[in-house]
Amino acid sequence: MSEIVIPYRTEPHPLTGVTSGKLGVWLFLASEVMLFGALFSSYVLLRVGAAEGTWPTGVEAGLNVPIGTFNTLVLITSSITMVMSWASLKMGNPGAFKRYMGATIALGMLFLVVKGFEYSGKFHHGIFPATGWPGASDPSTFYGFYFTITGLHALHVFLGILVNIWLLVWGLALYKTEPERFAGRVEISGLYWHFVDLVWIFLFPLLYLL
Amino acid sequence: MSEAVAISESEAARVKSHLRVYVMVFVALAVLTVVTVAISYLHLPTALAITVAMVVATVKASLVAGYFMHLLSEEKVILWLLVLCAAFLVFLFALPLGTETGNGPLWPG
Repeated sequence: MSEIVIPYRTEPHPLTGVTSGKLGVWLFLASEVMLFGALFSSYVLLRVGAAEGTWPTGVEAGLNVPIGTFNTLVLITSSITMVMSWASLKMGNPGAFKRYMGATIALGMLFLVVKGFEYSGKFHHGIFPATGWPGASDPSTFYGFYFTITGLHALHVFLGILVNIWLLVWGLALYKTEPERFAGRVEISGLYWHFVDLVWIFLFPLLYLL
Repeated sequence: MSEAVAISESEAARVKSHLRVYVMVFVALAVLTVVTVAISYLHLPTALAITVAMVVATVKASLVAGYFMHLLSEEKVILWLLVLCAAFLVFLFALPLGTETGNGPLWPG
């Protein structure tokens, strides 16, 4: 019995010029744009439409800007280590791939740990998705949005970490027999990872700074 | 059975020539992050502050997409896919605006 193979997984499809995996991930990312876009536009609409003094800035709501800035830099750093892990494979250096991918995973975990501290700090102060910000006369929707959007984003970071761990621990064996195919896998995992970074680039100023 | 495809020398050289650009993009992203935070301390009016912050974020996002996600050198099919996605996104963003015209704010009071 012959093996069933997904076509164009290593060599580009003659019609599109890209591999099946890359096209698939980009289609998935397009759907992700709409998912985050819906939450994003809802937030901006409510934020801009809110009467004066009824919507807090991130600082007024109790968010910690230095921590948010730190986490932004963590994600940006993880993006360059991700692209370097892919580049290392392309340059025939699996040892460097391991170091860079390990760093990417560690930075992703660091982001989640910091986020976890932020969340637990909020819970400690009695702030939950359905409660208002300190000083608000009524419960506001700010924290509903904050927890929903950052929670969804953190879930994406978590899933990206799992995929990267798989590539580092189990996936790498493929590099010995089919280096180009494995590099392709790392590249599309990277596309997803950079997208998650890109989402945070918008979320950070929107939630923390404005 | 699929054939094992080795990575060609020219491909390795091409990637190697990009490493400097990746580092430069990383530095630019870090600097722009600091700029975003610095601007927030100016306490601009809300609408202006949102506009400035989103412009800086869009520049950063373009750097990530253009260089880290290789969009600048990507095949046309991916670019058209994203143009289509952007069109839907603009429609999504514009949708609520139609309900707001003429009758004041969406949620009076």
